[in-house]
Amino acid sequence: MASLDDLKKRIASVKSTQKITKAMKMVAAAKLRRAQESAEKGRPYSEKMNNVILNLSNGISDKENSPKLLSGTGQDKTHLCVVMTSDRGLCGGFNSNIIKKAKSYFAKILDEGKELKIITVGSKGNDQLKRVYGDKIIENISFKESKNANYFDADKVGKMVIEKFEAGEFDVCTIFYNQFKNVITQIPQAQQIVPLNNEGEENSSEESYEFEPDEDEILSNLLPKNISTQIFKAMLENSASEQGSRMSAMDNATRNAGEMVDKLTIEYNRSRQAAITKELIEIISGAESL
Amino acid sequence: MSEEFKVEIVNPEKSFLVKDDVSEVVVPAFEGEMGILKDHISIISFLKPGIIKILSKSGDENYYVEDGIVEFKNNNLSILTSTIFNLADMDKSKQQDLLKQAEEEANKTDINDQSKYLADQKVEVLKTLN
Repeated sequence: MASLDDLKKRIASVKSTQKITKAMKMVAAAKLRRAQESAEKGRPYSEKMNNVILNLSNGISDKENSPKLLSGTGQDKTHLCVVMTSDRGLCGGFNSNIIKKAKSYFAKILDEGKELKIITVGSKGNDQLKRVYGDKIIENISFKESKNANYFDADKVGKMVIEKFEAGEFDVCTIFYNQFKNVITQIPQAQQIVPLNNEGEENSSEESYEFEPDEDEILSNLLPKNISTQIFKAMLENSASEQGSRMSAMDNATRNAGEMVDKLTIEYNRSRQAAITKELIEIISGAESL
Repeated sequence: MSEEFKVEIVNPEKSFLVKDDVSEVVVPAFEGEMGILKDHISIISFLKPGIIKILSKSGDENYYVEDGIVEFKNNNLSILTSTIFNLADMDKSKQQDLLKQAEEEANKTDINDQSKYLADQKVEVLKTLN
Protein backbone atom coordinates (compact mmCIF):
# COMPACT_ATOMS: atom_id res chain seq x y z
CA MET A 1 0.00 0.00 0.00
CA ALA A 2 1.20 3.48 -0.84
CA SER A 3 2.37 5.52 2.09
CA LEU A 4 0.17 8.19 3.61
CA ASP A 5 2.32 10.94 2.24
CA ASP A 6 2.10 9.59 -1.32
CA LEU A 7 -1.66 9.34 -1.11
CA LYS A 8 -1.92 12.89 0.15
CA LYS A 9 0.15 14.14 -2.76
CA ARG A 10 -1.92 12.22 -5.28
CA ILE A 11 -5.16 13.59 -3.89
CA ALA A 12 -3.79 17.10 -4.13
CA SER A 13 -2.66 16.58 -7.70
CA VAL A 14 -5.95 15.09 -8.87
CA LYS A 15 -7.77 17.95 -7.20
CA SER A 16 -5.75 20.53 -9.06
CA THR A 17 -6.32 18.70 -12.33
CA GLN A 18 -9.99 18.77 -11.60
CA LYS A 19 -9.84 22.51 -11.11
CA ILE A 20 -8.24 22.93 -14.52
CA THR A 21 -10.72 20.72 -16.34
CA LYS A 22 -13.56 22.49 -14.61
CA ALA A 23 -12.25 25.87 -15.70
CA MET A 24 -11.78 24.60 -19.26
CA LYS A 25 -15.32 23.36 -19.29
CA MET A 26 -16.63 26.76 -18.25
CA VAL A 27 -14.56 28.51 -20.90
CA ALA A 28 -15.72 26.07 -23.55
CA ALA A 29 -19.33 26.56 -22.52
CA ALA A 30 -19.02 30.31 -22.89
CA LYS A 31 -17.27 30.02 -26.22
CA LEU A 32 -19.74 27.42 -27.39
CA ARG A 33 -22.62 29.79 -27.02
CA ARG A 34 -20.92 32.35 -29.19
CA ALA A 35 -19.77 29.82 -31.76
CA GLN A 36 -23.21 28.28 -31.95
CA GLU A 37 -24.76 31.66 -32.43
CA SER A 38 -22.47 32.58 -35.27
CA ALA A 39 -22.95 29.18 -36.88
CA GLU A 40 -26.67 29.74 -36.85
CA LYS A 41 -26.33 33.28 -38.10
CA GLY A 42 -24.09 32.13 -40.91
CA ARG A 43 -26.58 29.62 -42.23
CA PRO A 44 -28.88 31.99 -44.15
CA TYR A 45 -25.99 33.20 -46.28
CA SER A 46 -24.86 29.80 -47.43
CA GLU A 47 -28.43 28.65 -47.91
CA LYS A 48 -29.31 31.67 -50.02
CA MET A 49 -26.12 31.25 -51.99
CA ASN A 50 -27.02 27.65 -52.64
CA ASN A 51 -30.48 28.64 -53.78
CA VAL A 52 -29.22 31.22 -56.20
CA ILE A 53 -26.77 28.79 -57.70
CA LEU A 54 -29.45 26.16 -57.98
CA ASN A 55 -31.71 28.58 -59.81
CA LEU A 56 -28.86 29.60 -62.03
CA SER A 57 -27.74 26.13 -62.95
CA ASN A 58 -31.32 25.20 -63.76
CA GLY A 59 -31.65 28.21 -65.96
CA ILE A 60 -28.41 27.71 -67.77
CA SER A 61 -28.93 27.20 -71.45
CA ASP A 62 -25.76 25.53 -72.59
CA LYS A 63 -24.88 22.73 -70.19
CA GLU A 64 -21.87 21.60 -72.20
CA ASN A 65 -20.05 24.86 -71.83
CA SER A 66 -21.01 25.63 -68.26
CA PRO A 67 -18.15 26.64 -65.99
CA LYS A 68 -15.85 23.83 -64.98
CA LEU A 69 -16.33 24.52 -61.29
CA LEU A 70 -19.94 23.48 -61.71
CA SER A 71 -19.71 20.57 -64.08
CA GLY A 72 -16.23 19.31 -63.31
CA THR A 73 -13.30 18.68 -65.57
CA GLY A 74 -14.87 15.56 -66.97
CA GLN A 75 -12.21 13.49 -65.27
CA ASP A 76 -12.01 11.78 -61.94
CA LYS A 77 -8.31 11.24 -61.50
CA THR A 78 -6.97 13.53 -58.84
CA HIS A 79 -8.80 14.13 -55.61
CA LEU A 80 -8.12 17.07 -53.37
CA CYS A 81 -9.21 16.73 -49.77
CA VAL A 82 -9.44 19.68 -47.43
CA VAL A 83 -9.37 18.33 -43.90
CA MET A 84 -10.53 20.88 -41.38
CA THR A 85 -9.56 20.33 -37.77
CA SER A 86 -8.86 22.43 -34.71
CA ASP A 87 -5.62 24.04 -33.61
CA ARG A 88 -5.99 22.94 -30.02
CA GLY A 89 -6.29 19.60 -28.36
CA LEU A 90 -8.20 18.42 -25.32
CA CYS A 91 -11.48 18.30 -27.11
CA GLY A 92 -12.40 14.65 -26.91
CA GLY A 93 -12.95 12.76 -30.13
CA PHE A 94 -13.40 15.90 -32.20
CA ASN A 95 -10.26 15.69 -34.29
CA SER A 96 -10.03 11.91 -34.36
CA ASN A 97 -13.55 11.66 -35.74
CA ILE A 98 -12.73 13.88 -38.69
CA ILE A 99 -9.46 12.09 -39.26
CA LYS A 100 -11.13 8.69 -39.13
CA LYS A 101 -13.67 9.76 -41.70
CA ALA A 102 -11.00 11.29 -43.89
CA LYS A 103 -8.70 8.27 -43.63
CA SER A 104 -11.37 5.84 -44.75
CA TYR A 105 -12.05 8.11 -47.70
CA PHE A 106 -8.33 8.32 -48.50
CA ALA A 107 -8.05 4.54 -48.44
CA LYS A 108 -10.94 4.26 -50.88
CA ILE A 109 -9.38 6.79 -53.27
CA LEU A 110 -6.01 5.11 -53.18
CA ASP A 111 -7.57 1.66 -53.65
CA GLU A 112 -9.18 2.88 -56.81
CA GLY A 113 -5.79 3.93 -58.05
CA LYS A 114 -6.55 7.62 -58.04
CA GLU A 115 -4.21 10.36 -57.04
CA LEU A 116 -4.65 12.00 -53.67
CA LYS A 117 -3.73 15.48 -52.50
CA ILE A 118 -4.41 16.83 -49.05
CA ILE A 119 -4.73 20.30 -47.62
CA THR A 120 -4.94 20.38 -43.86
CA VAL A 121 -6.55 23.29 -42.08
CA GLY A 122 -5.68 23.37 -38.39
CA SER A 123 -2.53 21.97 -36.87
CA LYS A 124 -4.07 18.97 -35.09
CA GLY A 125 -5.15 17.36 -38.32
CA ASN A 126 -1.73 17.91 -39.79
CA ASP A 127 -0.10 16.25 -36.78
CA GLN A 128 -2.23 13.17 -37.11
CA LEU A 129 -2.09 12.82 -40.87
CA LYS A 130 1.54 13.56 -41.58
CA ARG A 131 2.75 10.23 -40.22
CA VAL A 132 0.82 8.16 -42.74
CA TYR A 133 0.04 10.58 -45.54
CA GLY A 134 2.94 12.99 -45.13
CA ASP A 135 3.90 12.88 -48.80
CA LYS A 136 0.34 13.63 -49.90
CA ILE A 137 -0.06 16.81 -47.89
CA ILE A 138 0.54 19.70 -50.24
CA GLU A 139 -0.47 22.54 -48.00
CA ASN A 140 -0.95 23.13 -44.30
CA ILE A 141 -2.90 26.13 -43.13
CA SER A 142 -3.46 27.17 -39.58
CA PHE A 143 -5.37 30.11 -38.19
CA LYS A 144 -3.96 30.12 -34.70
CA GLU A 145 -3.90 33.90 -34.60
CA SER A 146 -7.55 34.48 -35.41
CA LYS A 147 -9.79 34.11 -32.41
CA ASN A 148 -13.02 33.31 -34.18
CA ALA A 149 -13.73 31.86 -37.54
CA ASN A 150 -13.94 34.75 -39.96
CA TYR A 151 -14.77 35.04 -43.61
CA PHE A 152 -11.38 36.32 -44.68
CA ASP A 153 -9.65 33.19 -43.50
CA ALA A 154 -12.19 31.07 -45.32
CA ASP A 155 -11.71 33.19 -48.41
CA LYS A 156 -7.98 32.55 -48.27
CA VAL A 157 -8.53 28.80 -48.29
CA GLY A 158 -11.16 29.16 -51.00
CA LYS A 159 -8.85 31.18 -53.23
CA MET A 160 -6.14 28.59 -52.79
CA VAL A 161 -8.50 25.82 -53.84
CA ILE A 162 -9.61 27.76 -56.90
CA GLU A 163 -6.06 28.58 -57.88
CA LYS A 164 -5.16 24.93 -57.77
CA PHE A 165 -8.25 24.02 -59.73
CA GLU A 166 -7.45 26.51 -62.45
CA ALA A 167 -3.92 25.18 -62.61
CA GLY A 168 -5.43 21.77 -63.25
CA GLU A 169 -4.03 20.23 -60.11
CA PHE A 170 -7.15 18.28 -59.20
CA ASP A 171 -10.52 17.16 -60.55
CA VAL A 172 -12.61 16.63 -57.45
CA CYS A 173 -12.47 18.49 -54.15
CA THR A 174 -13.99 17.35 -50.89
CA ILE A 175 -13.97 19.09 -47.53
CA PHE A 176 -14.05 17.27 -44.20
CA TYR A 177 -15.50 18.88 -41.11
CA ASN A 178 -17.70 18.19 -38.13
CA GLN A 179 -21.28 19.26 -38.37
CA PHE A 180 -22.63 20.60 -35.12
CA LYS A 181 -25.81 18.87 -34.08
CA ASN A 182 -25.80 19.44 -30.36
CA VAL A 183 -23.32 19.53 -27.52
CA ILE A 184 -22.82 15.79 -27.38
CA THR A 185 -23.30 14.92 -31.02
CA GLN A 186 -21.10 16.14 -33.82
CA ILE A 187 -21.29 14.39 -37.14
CA PRO A 188 -18.18 14.19 -39.28
CA GLN A 189 -19.05 15.24 -42.80
CA ALA A 190 -17.50 14.82 -46.20
CA GLN A 191 -18.84 17.42 -48.59
CA GLN A 192 -17.90 17.61 -52.21
CA ILE A 193 -17.51 21.20 -53.36
CA VAL A 194 -15.91 20.76 -56.78
CA PRO A 195 -17.67 19.86 -58.99
CA LEU A 196 -20.77 21.03 -57.25
CA ASN A 197 -23.33 18.31 -56.88
CA ASN A 198 -26.86 19.30 -56.15
CA GLU A 199 -28.11 15.78 -55.94
CA GLY A 200 -31.61 15.36 -54.59
CA GLU A 201 -32.20 19.07 -54.53
CA GLU A 202 -34.44 19.43 -57.53
CA ASN A 203 -35.74 22.91 -57.72
CA SER A 204 -39.49 22.85 -57.88
CA SER A 205 -40.09 26.42 -58.91
CA GLU A 206 -40.31 26.79 -62.62
CA GLU A 207 -39.94 30.51 -62.43
CA SER A 208 -37.64 31.99 -64.96
CA TYR A 209 -35.21 34.67 -64.02
CA GLU A 210 -33.83 37.56 -65.85
CA PHE A 211 -30.08 37.67 -65.69
CA GLU A 212 -27.87 40.65 -65.93
CA PRO A 213 -25.23 40.03 -67.25
CA ASP A 214 -25.92 36.56 -68.69
CA GLU A 215 -25.99 33.30 -66.74
CA ASP A 216 -22.53 32.16 -67.61
CA GLU A 217 -20.91 35.30 -66.43
CA ILE A 218 -22.80 35.38 -63.17
CA LEU A 219 -22.05 31.74 -62.57
CA SER A 220 -18.37 32.07 -63.17
CA ASN A 221 -18.32 34.92 -60.67
CA LEU A 222 -20.52 33.19 -58.19
CA LEU A 223 -18.96 29.75 -58.05
CA PRO A 224 -15.63 30.82 -56.56
CA LYS A 225 -17.57 32.76 -53.95
CA ASN A 226 -19.64 29.73 -53.22
CA ILE A 227 -16.52 27.71 -52.49
CA SER A 228 -15.36 30.26 -49.95
CA THR A 229 -18.85 30.32 -48.50
CA GLN A 230 -18.98 26.56 -48.12
CA ILE A 231 -15.57 26.56 -46.49
CA PHE A 232 -16.66 29.33 -44.18
CA LYS A 233 -19.75 27.36 -43.25
CA ALA A 234 -17.57 24.36 -42.50
CA MET A 235 -15.34 26.54 -40.33
CA LEU A 236 -18.29 27.84 -38.35
CA GLU A 237 -19.74 24.39 -37.84
CA ASN A 238 -16.33 23.15 -36.90
CA SER A 239 -15.71 25.80 -34.28
CA ALA A 240 -19.08 25.19 -32.67
CA SER A 241 -18.41 21.45 -32.72
CA GLU A 242 -14.96 21.90 -31.25
CA GLN A 243 -16.26 23.84 -28.27
CA GLY A 244 -19.15 21.44 -27.78
CA SER A 245 -16.86 18.48 -27.92
CA ARG A 246 -14.40 20.10 -25.55
CA MET A 247 -17.14 20.96 -23.14
CA SER A 248 -18.45 17.43 -22.88
CA ALA A 249 -14.92 16.00 -22.72
CA MET A 250 -13.98 18.35 -19.89
CA ASP A 251 -17.24 17.62 -18.12
CA ASN A 252 -16.39 13.92 -18.17
CA ALA A 253 -12.86 14.61 -17.03
CA THR A 254 -14.09 16.68 -14.10
CA ARG A 255 -16.47 13.95 -13.04
CA ASN A 256 -13.82 11.26 -13.34
CA ALA A 257 -11.42 13.34 -11.30
CA GLY A 258 -14.10 13.70 -8.63
CA GLU A 259 -14.58 9.93 -8.47
CA MET A 260 -10.86 9.44 -8.26
CA VAL A 261 -10.56 11.89 -5.36
CA ASP A 262 -13.31 10.05 -3.49
CA LYS A 263 -11.60 6.71 -3.98
CA LEU A 264 -8.23 8.04 -2.95
CA THR A 265 -9.68 9.73 0.13
CA ILE A 266 -11.21 6.45 1.30
CA GLU A 267 -7.93 4.69 0.77
CA TYR A 268 -6.12 7.45 2.65
CA ASN A 269 -8.47 7.24 5.63
CA ARG A 270 -8.23 3.44 5.74
CA SER A 271 -4.48 3.42 5.80
CA ARG A 272 -4.39 6.17 8.40
CA GLN A 273 -6.67 4.14 10.63
CA ALA A 274 -4.65 1.00 9.99
CA ALA A 275 -1.51 2.83 11.05
CA ILE A 276 -3.12 4.04 14.27
CA THR A 277 -4.43 0.57 15.08
CA LYS A 278 -1.03 -0.89 14.46
CA GLU A 279 0.61 1.59 16.80
CA LEU A 280 -1.96 0.89 19.50
CA ILE A 281 -1.39 -2.86 19.25
CA GLU A 282 2.32 -2.29 19.55
CA ILE A 283 1.95 -0.16 22.67
CA ILE A 284 -0.50 -2.55 24.34
CA SER A 285 1.50 -5.66 23.62
CA GLY A 286 4.61 -3.85 24.77
CA ALA A 287 2.91 -2.95 28.07
CA GLU A 288 1.63 -6.49 28.52
CA SER A 289 5.02 -8.05 28.22
CA LEU A 290 6.37 -6.07 31.14
CA MET B 1 -49.21 49.29 -48.24
CA SER B 2 -49.41 47.74 -51.63
CA GLU B 3 -46.31 49.42 -52.94
CA GLU B 4 -43.97 47.85 -50.41
CA PHE B 5 -41.80 44.78 -50.54
CA LYS B 6 -39.30 42.97 -48.38
CA VAL B 7 -35.56 43.31 -48.47
CA GLU B 8 -33.02 41.14 -46.72
CA ILE B 9 -29.29 41.73 -46.65
CA VAL B 10 -27.10 38.88 -45.46
CA ASN B 11 -23.37 38.72 -45.05
CA PRO B 12 -21.42 35.58 -44.16
CA GLU B 13 -21.48 36.31 -40.46
CA LYS B 14 -25.13 37.10 -40.00
CA SER B 15 -28.37 38.38 -41.40
CA PHE B 16 -27.40 42.01 -41.68
CA LEU B 17 -30.72 43.70 -42.26
CA VAL B 18 -34.33 42.70 -42.75
CA LYS B 19 -36.96 45.26 -43.67
CA ASP B 20 -40.42 44.71 -45.01
CA ASP B 21 -41.69 48.21 -45.62
CA VAL B 22 -39.41 49.14 -48.46
CA SER B 23 -40.72 51.09 -51.41
CA GLU B 24 -37.61 51.24 -53.56
CA VAL B 25 -34.07 49.92 -53.57
CA VAL B 26 -31.30 51.16 -55.79
CA VAL B 27 -28.42 48.74 -56.18
CA PRO B 28 -25.12 49.24 -57.98
CA ALA B 29 -25.49 46.32 -60.39
CA PHE B 30 -22.61 45.27 -62.53
CA GLU B 31 -23.92 46.94 -65.64
CA GLY B 32 -25.07 50.13 -63.99
CA GLU B 33 -27.33 51.26 -61.21
CA MET B 34 -30.61 49.47 -60.99
CA GLY B 35 -33.73 50.65 -59.22
CA ILE B 36 -36.04 47.94 -57.98
CA LEU B 37 -39.71 48.57 -57.25
CA LYS B 38 -42.45 46.24 -56.24
CA ASP B 39 -43.44 43.54 -58.76
CA HIS B 40 -40.15 43.75 -60.57
CA ILE B 41 -39.48 40.71 -62.74
CA SER B 42 -37.44 37.95 -61.06
CA ILE B 43 -33.84 38.82 -61.54
CA ILE B 44 -30.38 37.73 -60.51
CA SER B 45 -27.48 40.08 -60.88
CA PHE B 46 -24.26 40.87 -59.14
CA LEU B 47 -22.94 44.02 -57.65
CA LYS B 48 -19.93 46.18 -58.12
CA PRO B 49 -18.60 48.50 -55.41
CA GLY B 50 -21.11 51.22 -54.76
CA ILE B 51 -23.96 52.47 -52.64
CA ILE B 52 -27.17 50.63 -51.94
CA LYS B 53 -30.04 53.03 -51.33
CA ILE B 54 -33.02 51.72 -49.46
CA LEU B 55 -36.08 53.94 -49.47
CA SER B 56 -38.78 53.10 -47.01
CA LYS B 57 -41.45 54.69 -44.89
CA SER B 58 -39.29 54.64 -41.81
CA GLY B 59 -36.57 56.62 -43.55
CA ASP B 60 -33.90 56.23 -46.18
CA GLU B 61 -30.74 54.27 -45.59
CA ASN B 62 -27.51 54.09 -47.50
CA TYR B 63 -25.02 51.24 -47.44
CA TYR B 64 -21.62 50.91 -48.98
CA VAL B 65 -20.91 47.48 -50.52
CA GLU B 66 -17.87 46.10 -52.25
CA ASP B 67 -19.37 43.06 -53.90
CA GLY B 68 -22.39 40.84 -53.79
CA ILE B 69 -25.30 39.23 -55.52
CA VAL B 70 -28.89 40.38 -55.68
CA GLU B 71 -31.82 38.11 -56.19
CA PHE B 72 -35.35 39.40 -56.59
CA LYS B 73 -38.21 36.97 -56.55
CA ASN B 74 -41.85 37.15 -55.45
CA ASN B 75 -41.30 40.60 -54.02
CA ASN B 76 -38.43 39.40 -51.89
CA LEU B 77 -35.13 41.05 -52.50
CA SER B 78 -32.09 39.21 -51.16
CA ILE B 79 -28.70 40.79 -51.22
CA LEU B 80 -25.71 38.62 -50.44
CA THR B 81 -22.52 40.48 -49.79
CA SER B 82 -19.27 39.93 -47.98
CA THR B 83 -18.46 43.55 -47.24
CA ILE B 84 -21.11 46.03 -46.23
CA PHE B 85 -21.12 49.21 -44.13
CA ASN B 86 -23.92 51.46 -43.10
CA LEU B 87 -23.00 54.93 -44.26
CA ALA B 88 -24.54 56.46 -41.16
CA ASP B 89 -22.09 54.50 -38.98
CA MET B 90 -19.13 55.21 -41.16
CA ASP B 91 -16.96 58.12 -40.06
CA LYS B 92 -14.29 59.92 -41.98
CA SER B 93 -11.36 57.87 -40.71
CA LYS B 94 -13.04 54.61 -41.70
CA GLN B 95 -13.65 56.01 -45.16
CA GLN B 96 -10.06 57.09 -45.42
CA ASP B 97 -8.88 53.63 -44.42
CA LEU B 98 -11.02 51.95 -47.04
CA LEU B 99 -9.96 54.46 -49.65
CA LYS B 100 -6.32 53.86 -48.87
CA GLN B 101 -6.75 50.11 -49.15
CA ALA B 102 -8.60 50.45 -52.42
CA GLU B 103 -6.00 52.79 -53.85
CA GLU B 104 -3.23 50.41 -52.93
CA GLU B 105 -5.10 47.64 -54.65
CA ALA B 106 -5.74 49.74 -57.73
CA ASN B 107 -2.09 50.64 -58.01
CA LYS B 108 -0.92 47.08 -58.04
CA THR B 109 0.45 46.05 -61.39
CA ASP B 110 0.16 42.30 -61.09
CA ILE B 111 -3.63 42.06 -61.06
CA ASN B 112 -5.91 41.23 -63.95
CA ASP B 113 -8.20 43.67 -65.70
CA GLN B 114 -11.32 42.73 -63.84
CA SER B 115 -9.93 43.18 -60.36
CA LYS B 116 -8.28 46.37 -61.54
CA TYR B 117 -11.63 47.62 -62.73
CA LEU B 118 -13.26 46.72 -59.43
CA ALA B 119 -10.55 48.43 -57.43
CA ASP B 120 -10.90 51.55 -59.55
CA GLN B 121 -14.62 51.51 -58.91
CA LYS B 122 -14.01 51.30 -55.19
CA VAL B 123 -11.72 54.30 -55.28
CA GLU B 124 -14.22 56.27 -57.30
CA VAL B 125 -17.14 55.54 -55.01
CA LEU B 126 -15.17 56.21 -51.87
CA LYS B 127 -13.92 59.51 -53.23
CA THR B 128 -17.42 60.71 -53.92
CA LEU B 129 -18.31 59.99 -50.31
CA ASN B 130 -15.69 62.30 -48.93
